[in-house]
Parts: sequence; structure tokens; C-alpha cells
Amino acid sequence: MPLDTSLVRKEFKVIGQRVTRPDGIDKVTGRAKYGADAFAPGQLIALVLRSPHAHARIKKIDTSKAEKLAGVKAVITAADLPDHTGGDRGMRDILENCMARKKVLYDGHAVAAVAAVDERTAREALKLIRVDYEILPHVTEVDEALKPGAPLLHDDIFTDGIEPKPTKSSNYIKRAEYGHGDIEAGFAEADFIIEKSYKTEQAHQGYIEPHSCLANVSPDGTAELWVCTQGHFVYRNQCATLLGMDANKLRVTASEIGGGFGGKTHLWAEPLALALSRKANRPVKLTMSREEVFRCTGPTSSSSIDVKIGAKNDGTITAAFAELRYQNGAFPFTWAEFGAMTAWACYDFKNVKSVSKDVVLNRPKCAAYRAPSAPIAAFAVESTMDMVAHKIGMDPIELRLKNAAKQGTKSSYGPVYGPIGIGPTLEAARNHPHWKAPLGKNMGRGMACGFWFNFGGQTCVDVNVTPDGNVTAAVGTIDVGGSRASLAMAVAEELGVKYDNVRVIVADTSSLGHNDMTDGSRGTFSSSMAAIDATRKAVTNLRERAAKTWEIPVEDVVWEDGEATPKGEKYGNLKTLTLKDLAAGAGRTGGPIAGHSEIVADGAGVSFGTHICDVEVDMETGRSLIKRYTVIQDAGKAMHPSYVEGQYQGGAVQGIGWALNEEYVYGKDGRLQNAGFLDYRIPVCSDLPFIDTLILEIPNPHHPYGVRGVGETPIVPPLGAIGNAISHATGVRQTHVPMSPPRVLKSLKGNR
Amino acid sequence: MAQLVSTTINGDKVEYACQPDESLLDVLRNRLGLTGAKEGCGTGDCGACSIILDGRLTCSCLVLGAEMDGRSLETIEGMADGAALHPLQKNFIDHAALQCGICTPGFLMAAQALLRKNPDPSEEEIRFGLAGNLCRCTGYDKIVRAVQATATELKLAKRSA
Repeated sequence: MPLDTSLVRKEFKVIGQRVTRPDGIDKVTGRAKYGADAFAPGQLIALVLRSPHAHARIKKIDTSKAEKLAGVKAVITAADLPDHTGGDRGMRDILENCMARKKVLYDGHAVAAVAAVDERTAREALKLIRVDYEILPHVTEVDEALKPGAPLLHDDIFTDGIEPKPTKSSNYIKRAEYGHGDIEAGFAEADFIIEKSYKTEQAHQGYIEPHSCLANVSPDGTAELWVCTQGHFVYRNQCATLLGMDANKLRVTASEIGGGFGGKTHLWAEPLALALSRKANRPVKLTMSREEVFRCTGPTSSSSIDVKIGAKNDGTITAAFAELRYQNGAFPFTWAEFGAMTAWACYDFKNVKSVSKDVVLNRPKCAAYRAPSAPIAAFAVESTMDMVAHKIGMDPIELRLKNAAKQGTKSSYGPVYGPIGIGPTLEAARNHPHWKAPLGKNMGRGMACGFWFNFGGQTCVDVNVTPDGNVTAAVGTIDVGGSRASLAMAVAEELGVKYDNVRVIVADTSSLGHNDMTDGSRGTFSSSMAAIDATRKAVTNLRERAAKTWEIPVEDVVWEDGEATPKGEKYGNLKTLTLKDLAAGAGRTGGPIAGHSEIVADGAGVSFGTHICDVEVDMETGRSLIKRYTVIQDAGKAMHPSYVEGQYQGGAVQGIGWALNEEYVYGKDGRLQNAGFLDYRIPVCSDLPFIDTLILEIPNPHHPYGVRGVGETPIVPPLGAIGNAISHATGVRQTHVPMSPPRVLKSLKGNR
Repeated sequence: MAQLVSTTINGDKVEYACQPDESLLDVLRNRLGLTGAKEGCGTGDCGACSIILDGRLTCSCLVLGAEMDGRSLETIEGMADGAALHPLQKNFIDHAALQCGICTPGFLMAAQALLRKNPDPSEEEIRFGLAGNLCRCTGYDKIVRAVQATATELKLAKRSA
């Protein structure tokens, strides 16, 4: 049942304030417990043996010597993880990714794991495991993997989306197509056509906390798992399936999470910790090294993209086309398809088409990374849009405004838009002082737009009134960056009490119904929807208790500012009942006072942003420095403006890192060459200016407060905005991300 | 053979035994229960394990537990004065300078070391002073502002004292 949004409020008492987050003190004093901060009596330390080869057949694994080493309590291989997936291809791929079965498919693919009394012993044990490999040819580049005769990863991938369906297996997973109109007719109408090809390299989420978990399987078949994750319910369900357990017997508690950005929505090694604990009958702690995080968890895709835009000399786009080829790593998914769906989503074109080609190759399984796939597509599209503007001497913001999607536009991926923020963010960018500020020597200014779908999904919240008249709320969707504060604000707003009277926790998987992961920018959107729903039910409950106390009809009880008052003069002698009064009397009026909500949070409003940046390029070295950066984005309603700004700034800086530096470098041997923060360089404080933000609020009509997810969109525009800025500074169109100093320098030399 | 070490941590005398190849970070976390220092990389690249060793900002993953005999260590657990937060801690909360918070203890240690050395840093000095610490959530904007606000506050407090 949809929530009543007729109450979309203009005035709030708590929402929109910059309150103190409830987990703040623990996080500044070192008390907060993250994945690796839990210890169990008698715990063992687990380490994983990983393939040094990009592609090889496992002929034999001999673990006998390792098993005999003193202090080793369990050694596992794929043989200890029988396939319980019942033909579910997605689950089988997760199982195979956690532990290679017949073949290793990338450098770093797990082949065995040990649990020992300490890390030293576990390390010794790994050295004693013998694996015989038959090395196979490998492929790590997307266009290479698509070629006929490329090394084949799986013998059961027959390209989807092609008629007739191929009978020969290949690395080409799926072709998909989106759009409308007739692009050939559109190109024929154009005064000019611009075509360009682009490449983007693979980037990692780069969360500072490596994956870590503590598994404790009891001999009675029940188990507990403490883990850093973006979705402990999903981890519970998937681990139970892979271990052949009933889901109710596995209780997963989410630690504080030290960053995820999509990377902690997938299982990587947690089933191994559970399998080791089951075999050793001891708690097992498994923490990845930074090198493992880079080599064996999921970065985002690398890609190769062709874009073609036809336009009139007045800036009308007559047709737009993109073909997007993304690699998915070693296991099939649809990351390119996400790119095809998002590519043209900012615009209202009569004739538009995008085609995606998803490909597997010998790199780690790709995972979601903040608006997954969209920044890649936006780089190609926004760069080409910039070329169109340049060609006709039109301001690039004006060009986009002329072609921007609006309410009622049929989007390039299908749905018709409701009220949206692309036009307003563009207008705000045009009017922003940044857009008109003077530029210095060797500087260029670029802008770009970005889109993300946003998601809602399954959500549970319990709100309980304590006997002393305070309130607790339990949520099942992980707090990755401050959502507990926003949810407490929502509960306080609905109840009419102070923020400080409400405490929110993330409950474990045995305490609430299933919750989806914190992905799709759904954390605050969906949990606040459920929190509002649960609190409104608690308010109904409170009104009933007051009615019972006063012996009057419930319809005559009004709830306002945290207390019940009788409606009308006839009840003039009845004294107001506060939350505290009703809580104290709960035992006499029907027991504990609570509200519960179990919903599918539909109606996540789509999200748009526009970024402006100034870049200074050192023409001698090719190094680019961000001199000024402005993020403008529609938040629907910013529940806690500081943390909305924080999402804008953090997303923009991740995009800056990807645009300028970050990339996976593979050698000819198919091995990752830069699996560490020294060589995979993410932005540091001294690389950056302050990141200016402007929050627009175009209410989402499907949320009671108008909220839209805000977390992902900020990483979408930076690649394009920076590419456009560097192109203007250098006079050479940049087509390959990251635009690292050697690559920019090469482009300059190629031009001379 | 385990080494016996006698050292001072946050003003308290502490004794522990550790292996000769064990990092100080592992000793703090696994032997002494001081898990405020985090391991983000184990190679000195991220600063999440930062502590102050004899007055100097140090990655605790890059020194050995066995080297700590007779030394003086400050960790995040000793930063607040009982229930009273250090102004840096308070400003990190007030300025929303943390999201996930895993890098926060390291940043607070680094900012503490910076302000002791340079009580009146420019924005650039703050940015370079904190360049050894990685944060992936915030884009550093609010961290720099929290440190600026603290420097201003400490200056005013000193002047009125």
C-alpha cells in the first residue's frame, strides 16, 4: 500500500536540521566496531590461497602437508563447498567466484583456504599447499575478448539478445538495445554529425576498510556471522544457500562499515570463513589484505564506447547513438546494459538508441561501484555533447538546456519522467558565479550532467516506545554514511518529539524481516519511508491508548507535538496525555506501544546533477590539477543537509580520482600490477580544493517528505566534466580515462 | 621467541609480549584491545593506523611492537579527556567530517600532530599535513574545515587564557 504522501510537508520541525549523528562519538573515540574489530574466544585466523595465473585449469590440489602442520585446524578447497545452488546460475557464479572449482579465471581467484591458531601458522600452511595448474591463454581487454578466437572463459555462455541465439559459446554475454524514434532518419536530418570513440579503464571502490568477518558455526548447525557489509540480510540469504543451511539458522550482524560504495554488496570470502568454522568447530576470523581487496574483489568495468550525435546548427539534436562494450570480469552480468540505459537519460531526443555488449574476461568479477556503469557512459556522451556545443559555438549549458528532459519526457530507457531536476540543475549552473569566473593560464573549464535511477526495495523498521517515554527504532538497511541520524529525525518529526529522544540501531538478521542492501541510493529513501510508516502506526496506537484512558472515541483524539489532546470543547476538563504518560500507563492500556513497517519502498525518484570544474594542466608533464569544483544536484528533500553535501563532495572526488589517476594496470601475463594504494593512487587532501555544493529540492511525489536518493549521482558527471575541462585547456579532445599525466602528455604530443 | 616490552600508552604503563616480526598495529589491536587504530593497507599508504610515537606522527603498521620498549605512545583511545572530547573530535562531529568513520581515528591523530607543530596552519598546510591519510567518503572538504575550526578555537582559547 502506498504511503500517504498528501502530507508532503512544506514545514518541518526536525527534518532539514544539522543534528549530531548518533554514531559520531564512537567514531571519533575509536570505540566503533568495524569488521576486523570483533574477537571471539578461541578464534582462528583464516587466510586464502589465490591463483597467480589469469586463466588455468586446476589439475590437482594437495593440502596434506598443510593439514599436518601444527596449529592448522582446517583446510578447505572447492570440495568442501558442494554445490547447493540448484541450477541458479547467479548463485553458482558467486560460489565459483568465492572458490574456484575447475578453472581459475583471474589473477587472485581463490583455490584453497586455511584456518590456524594464528596468522603466522596460517601463512606457513598456505606455502605447503600444492596446486598443479594447466595454464590457459587469457584475455584482459574488452575489445579483445569479443573477437572470434579469443580465449574462452566459460563453455556455457551463448549470447543473449541476438536472434537467432548463437549455438557456439563465447565471452559475449548479452546484447541489449534501448531508445526510440528512427535514428537513421534523424542523422539524415542533421546539419552535421560528430562521431567519437572512448575508453575507460577499470577503477576500484577503494573503501579504506578491507573485507573482514568473524564466522562461528555451532555443532548444532546454527551459525553467527559478524561482517562488514552493505546488506547483511542478503549476505545471510546467500551464505545460507551456499552452505546448504536454513536461513533462520544463520544470524548475521552487520559491523560498522568502513566504506563500501557497492563493493560490499557482493559475497567475496564470507562463505569460506563459514566453511572453515564448520570444519574446525571454532570461530574463524577472515580479513583480507589490501592486495587481496584489489586483486580479488570487484572493481567496476573497463569499457570501450562509440558515440554518434547528429545536430542542427541551432543546437537541436536530431539523433543520438551509442554502442557500449563493458567487461564484467570473469562472471557474467549486465553492467554494459546499465550503461546503455543511463547514457542518454538526461535528454529529450526524438531519435535515440543505445546498444550494450556485455563481455566476460580474465579479471576479477565486476561489482557495483556507485551508480554502476553510469559514469562510464556519461563520460562518452557528455564529451560528445561538448564537441557539438563547441562546433556550433554554443554555450554547453545552453545546448543541454535546449535538449534537456523534463516532466513528461519519455526517457531513452523507457519510463516517462515525473518532476525531475535536470533542467533546474542546468539553470542553477548557468547562473552560478563559477560558470562566469575568469580562468588563468593553462586552465580549462568543463561541465557535464549525470543521471541515476535510484532504488527503493524491501525495507523493515520497528519503532518502540520505552516505558520512560523515549523511542527506539530498529532498521534493517545498513547505515553507510549517517542514515541513522536521518531516520531518528523522521521518527522525531512524526511523533513530535525531540531528536535526542530517539535512538536508531541497525538490527541483526534475526530481529527483523528481510531488508535489501544499501545500494541504489536507497538507504535513507527507503528506510525513512518505512520509519515514517512505522511511526504513523505508533501514533495511531498512542491515540487509541489515549482514547481508552479517556473513554472517548479514537477519532476525537489528536496527536500533536508529542502529546494527545481531546478534540472539541466537550472534553474541556480532560488533561493532555504526553508520550511519557501513555508509555508509563501502557501496561494498563494494552501493553507495549510500537509501530512496525514492512514495505516495498516504491517510487524512488530519479536523480540528476550538473557539475562544473576548472582544471589547470601542466603542459610539460601532462598533470592536471582541479582548481575549482561545483556540484549541483536535486535531493528532493535534504533530510540532513550536511550529509547530503558530504555525498555530493565524496562522490565528486571519487569521480575526480577515476578521471585523473585511478586504473587497474594488467601486465602481459594477465596479473594485476598495482594492487596497493601506493600504485593505485586515490586522491589525497593536497590534490583537491574545497568542493562547492548546491542542493536543489524538487520533491519526489512518491516520498512523504519528497526525498530522493542522493548517494550515487555525484560520481556520474566528473569524468565528463574533467574531460571537457582538460580538452579545453589543452585544445586536444580527451578520449581515454583516466586522463593521467602520461596519457594527457601523449595526447598533446600526438597533436603536435 | 616472544619479546617482552615495557612501554607507555596514553600515559599508562603497559607490558606485553610479542613476536619479533609483529607490527605495533597488530600488537595494539590483537594483544592490547586498542582497536581504534585501523588497518587499511598494512603498507603505510593510508594512515588509518596513525598514532603519535614520542611526539611524532607514525603509521603503526610500519613499526614493530618489539621496538616500543621505553617509548611513549598516544593513540585515539587517549585523545578525549574522560568524557570531554578533544576540540578536534568535537569539530569532526559538528562539521560532519566523517561518513563511514574508518579513517577518522587516523585523521584525528594526524590533525593533532599537525596543530601541535603548527597551531595556525593555512588551508594548504592543512591539506599537505593530512596528505598521508586516505579518506574515500568525504572528499576531504569537511575534514579540512573541521581542522580549520579547531585551530581557530584553540587560538582564541589561548588568547583568552
